[in-house]
Amino acid sequence: MKTLMLGNKALARGLYEAGCSIVSSYPGTPSTEVTEEAAKYDEIYCEWAPNEKVAMEVAFGASLAGKRSFCGMKHVGLNVAADPLFTCSYTGVNGGMVICVADDAGMHSSQNEQDSRHYAIAAKVPMLEPSDSSETLEFTKRAFELSEKFDTPVIIKMCTRIAHSQSVVETSERINIEPKKYEKNAPKYVMMPGYAKLRHPFVEKRTEALTEYAENCYFNRVEMASTKIGVITSSTSYQYVKEVFGENASILKLGMINPLPKNLILDFAKKVDKLIIIEELDPIIETHCRALGLDVTGKDVMPIEGEFSQSLIAEKLGLSVPTGKKLEENLPIRPPVMCAGCPHRGIFFTLSKNKCTVLGDIGCYTLGAVAPLNAMDMTLCMGASISAVHGFNKANGPESQNKTVAVIGDSTFMHSGMTGLANIAYNQSNSTVIILDNSITGMTGHQQNPTTGYNIKGDPAGKIDLETLCRAIGFNRVRVVDPYNLAECDAVLKEELAADEPSVIISRRPCVLLKYVKIKPALKLDENKCIGCKSCMRLGCPAISFKNKKIHIDSTLCVGCGVCQQLCKFDALKVQEG
Amino acid sequence: MTKNIMIVGVGGQGSLLASKLLGHLLLTEGYDVKVSEVHGMSQRGGSVVTYVRFGEKVYSPIIDKGEADFIVSFEKLEAARWIEYLKPDGRIVVNTQEIDPMPVIIGSASYPENLIDKMENLDIKVDAMDCLSLAEQAGSAKAVNIVLMGRLSKYFDISEEAWKNAIRACVPAKFVEINLKAFDLGRGNI
Repeated sequence: MKTLMLGNKALARGLYEAGCSIVSSYPGTPSTEVTEEAAKYDEIYCEWAPNEKVAMEVAFGASLAGKRSFCGMKHVGLNVAADPLFTCSYTGVNGGMVICVADDAGMHSSQNEQDSRHYAIAAKVPMLEPSDSSETLEFTKRAFELSEKFDTPVIIKMCTRIAHSQSVVETSERINIEPKKYEKNAPKYVMMPGYAKLRHPFVEKRTEALTEYAENCYFNRVEMASTKIGVITSSTSYQYVKEVFGENASILKLGMINPLPKNLILDFAKKVDKLIIIEELDPIIETHCRALGLDVTGKDVMPIEGEFSQSLIAEKLGLSVPTGKKLEENLPIRPPVMCAGCPHRGIFFTLSKNKCTVLGDIGCYTLGAVAPLNAMDMTLCMGASISAVHGFNKANGPESQNKTVAVIGDSTFMHSGMTGLANIAYNQSNSTVIILDNSITGMTGHQQNPTTGYNIKGDPAGKIDLETLCRAIGFNRVRVVDPYNLAECDAVLKEELAADEPSVIISRRPCVLLKYVKIKPALKLDENKCIGCKSCMRLGCPAISFKNKKIHIDSTLCVGCGVCQQLCKFDALKVQEG
Repeated sequence: MTKNIMIVGVGGQGSLLASKLLGHLLLTEGYDVKVSEVHGMSQRGGSVVTYVRFGEKVYSPIIDKGEADFIVSFEKLEAARWIEYLKPDGRIVVNTQEIDPMPVIIGSASYPENLIDKMENLDIKVDAMDCLSLAEQAGSAKAVNIVLMGRLSKYFDISEEAWKNAIRACVPAKFVEINLKAFDLGRGNI
């Protein structure tokens, strides 16, 4: 049946059709929907793991047991999972094992735009790069065959425009895969030096065999047209190239990006007058072509940063591009903001008011960095807030420890905050860590995590109690505050910063967008009492604006959280009875 | 020939439903279709854009400056922001609702005035209407997206019934009536 399908959903469909039975992932834009969609198939066991390393090891364990398995993550997640990746390249697989990594060129929702193709090269595992939903589905199914044929994990590399674009796919039925038998094989699976030394030559031989395979495989194809220009490309760039050149260039489309073929490229190069390499981010194909001795146009004209588009490619190659009419007007920007009623707002207001140095982390709450709260000094990677606050306080001692905090969300804390907390407890810095517990993984669109008590399907699951965990790690001071209560937040923050030992403050209130959270009626402004002092506007709530010298409450946005009311000295903001 | 529709607005306004509806409709009408969406952080009240492209064979999932046949804007400032993406002879359908962005809320910028006039002064075909009032009239402020789809439908050679079937297919059953009314109000049927 022909349907319009998101790239990520097509990947999930591929998992289903390929007979994959175990999926373990950690959410991350733009990869999240793969696992959410896979979870809708009863035939596939799916879970959210606490982080990508755990997810990949779960998938490896399932492969070892003989089942087809999968884990999915965003590009920076593969940094976390790099450890198992590099060594399961050596062990190889039993049941087919496929890994999805989704890059985010353009940084729509990421802290960097690293190119994951480097990982495939470094770990010496095959990597496939589909260019639309239909290819994503087909490549996924074939990735399992490739994995089992060559005894290797296989990476499918997505990017934002493939993952989050819908295009037409044709689905088919799930195949019935007979599980492989698990047989003890220590030289293959126990990677201690004596055995690993024997596996490394296997990896090199496998790469040779895969390079041979790449010369004439399903994933790579030549589309001959005009021979004046030859373009070598892959992924979403292929679509832009087709748009720009049509029949005016021949194309070598690479669906398998590691290992890259040699003769296929050399033969194609011979047939065309000029060779252009079009690839987003780093010059991987280009470097390979140059090593083959080819004279190519690549990053000398194409950008190394950001996303491509048809016009960008045309413009860089000196072709004409369409233009539109522009308003000569300085338009205010519209950056993303914390939602009205967001429980993070109260705690960031408190931190801003107390002029704290705030070492932040990855999540919706990174938005605490922007005006008017401006309450964040650093964001690096998952979990770094806690480790870095320890380093900051060790470096500056009493100078910083009474005004510096780490802030980290509940899901990010479970991902990689716990080890940093253990370090504080062990090496004893007088640090204050604030866990923003909104009872969900927020920014990626509400995924469950080990603290929520529910699994990926929304069924009851194990629940880790944050207070008990922090105490068990060695923290004597563990406080819980309601971020809607500004006075409480302020008092507890001051006490814990002043305390003579490390402490954890758990700021607890569920994300206001969660379906079970009851929203109160919008606050009502008493126009006679509002003097337009803008005190409430220091919160940066999108529901509050300033019109005709008074505050205006947008009743379609306000959820009646009442935090602004606590800042009004004139009693102008009223709760409406609902 | 590939046709391009851009849907622009503020994160949370319901543009994903509009693109889902268009995707369903155009596929049913026999076209090749690509829809490109934005997920993640940008959705949190930021400026969001969705691309819908259809034709015999569609390659790129995105639309560049000067390429859009139609822009459907959920908000006035966003219409102005993305207008450069419209073809010189394209048409923009815009909801006149104003949603203040954070720089305006905190007073570091002001909401630009007379944006519709300024666009019309550039000889741009602007079809502006207060979709929020019409959506409320239909029974839900959230139906702004379908009011806009109703208006957009006037410019397409696709039967009204096909549009309505797409609404029935894409909207949860209990909201179908409200959305069909929103469509009629947008199209000017009532």
